Amino acid sequence: MIDSLYRDLIIDHYKFPRNFRRIESATVVKEGDNPLCGDKITLYLKVENGKVVDVSFEGSGCAISQASTSLLTETVKGKQVEEIKCIVGEFLAMLTEGKQPSVDLGKLLALEGVKNYPMRVKCATLGWHTLEQALKEIG
Amino acid sequence: MLYDVYKEFPLIYRNRGSLVYLDNAASTQKPSIVIEALADFYFESYANVHRGIYKLAEKATALYEEAREKIAWFIGGRKEEVVFVRGTTEGINLLAYTLSSRLSAGDEIVISVMEHHSNFVPWQIVTSMRSLNLKVVDITEEGDLDWKDFENKITEKTKVVAITHLSNVLGTLNDIRKVVEIAHSVGAVVIVDGAQAVARLKVDVEELGCDFYTFSGHKMYGPMGIGVLWGRYELLEELPPWQGGGEMIEKVTVYNTSFRKPPHRFEAGTPNVAGAVALSKAVDFISSVGIDNIEAQEDELVSYILERFGELRWVSVVGSPKVRKGVVSFTVDGVHPHDVATILGNDGIAIRAGHHCAQPLMDRLSLSATSRISLGCYNTKDEIDMFFKSLENVRKVFA
Ligand SMILES: Cc1ncc(COP(=O)(O)O)c(C=O)c1O
Repeated sequence: MIDSLYRDLIIDHYKFPRNFRRIESATVVKEGDNPLCGDKITLYLKVENGKVVDVSFEGSGCAISQASTSLLTETVKGKQVEEIKCIVGEFLAMLTEGKQPSVDLGKLLALEGVKNYPMRVKCATLGWHTLEQALKEIG
Repeated sequence: MLYDVYKEFPLIYRNRGSLVYLDNAASTQKPSIVIEALADFYFESYANVHRGIYKLAEKATALYEEAREKIAWFIGGRKEEVVFVRGTTEGINLLAYTLSSRLSAGDEIVISVMEHHSNFVPWQIVTSMRSLNLKVVDITEEGDLDWKDFENKITEKTKVVAITHLSNVLGTLNDIRKVVEIAHSVGAVVIVDGAQAVARLKVDVEELGCDFYTFSGHKMYGPMGIGVLWGRYELLEELPPWQGGGEMIEKVTVYNTSFRKPPHRFEAGTPNVAGAVALSKAVDFISSVGIDNIEAQEDELVSYILERFGELRWVSVVGSPKVRKGVVSFTVDGVHPHDVATILGNDGIAIRAGHHCAQPLMDRLSLSATSRISLGCYNTKDEIDMFFKSLENVRKVFA
């Protein structure tokens, strides 16, 4: 059962986070944290003509929060903002409402097991809520 | 070893093998005698206290006051010095508000960096309200009180020293007699947060020499929502009331009220009588097992835990205080405490992970969180072995 939470992909993204850097010329920089657990991330987005051309993050915290944010960066890079908003909605609904996603979430499905651990859902959603806020700022 | 004590705890007994409860610093499980006392009170003796003149009310009042007497006996105080409160947090708040009302701008309150938020936040609130100074004593690298720093922080302006008896994160047992000696030398009163101590070692307030001692029922095998504030009678007598209402008054006119003597002055409104009665049964329980036996058993398990941790190069124990009781915090290399707790939890091992309501201490230790084992009288060596077996899984998952 624990393997459904800590899938190899998650451990891999925790140990070797992708796009773990700062973007100096970012369009938006957004911080997110879970004060109760001490999970922290900073998300950098570079947007050109409605498209996320680069994305990165920095942070510290549990495996779930960091791996989820790492996967996030891989997922949204090169996508249109509108498409990303849809993915964010589907991803959050999968974890918080247990909804079957209506689009293919690909690698993100590795995080589906988190929904069986209610106390940990906020770890998995931290990066995504931060992304939501960041996208609002772009308009 | 206290072989059979766990049988007194229905929740522990029924789940033996599938639940290893090692989060006793957060709250302890309850023995049957306490659970039954709650039910008995509502089945057989229920009425409000200090009001009715009928038999049932007399019975409830007698039980309530007998509980007070029992608790006074348990900590070596006098009956009229025992104030029933909601818990440690309420005890400290009561003192923060009433004591600070007698202080002047510039007076100092001294606490330590290892305090629980409940011994930080009330003082922050009242010091800012009344322009008092809050001073925070540091700890040593080992996690003991830094006595040099303590002596430096104490001045003629120090009026209150509030220190925990036993740290809920480091397991440090503080030398309260030494605290008292230093604090009393400048005439400051000493408040001891006994939340983690009362169920782990013999507490005698006279021997400690402190002025106030406060603790929670739910951390000593008693119910939630009831706790105790003990204070020296002469000091309680000087304190103004905190909350106003029924029970705490002598006579009320339209514009004026005269207040009752302690302890009732500090018990406004209908108290948690069932809680107090059941708490006195928790005292009976602890006494029948023997607090010294509980202490010895927890000491033995703590030594065993430290020995086992010592064999694991990938685990660091937080702090190495001179005297440690019942609590061991640790971190696992490369794994966040929440992931540790989730994996252990999955194996039925209940430990705590987080900042343990001690964020200033976490900052001092440069940690965002720790995992924590905290013992109760029902924990056994084979449960500790189960814990370590599960800890290996943490390593496997993150290998
Ligand atoms: C050292 C210490 N002080 C105070 C408290 C607060 O106790 P309560 O929440 O019962 O008021 C705790 C509980 O975690 C504690 O460990």
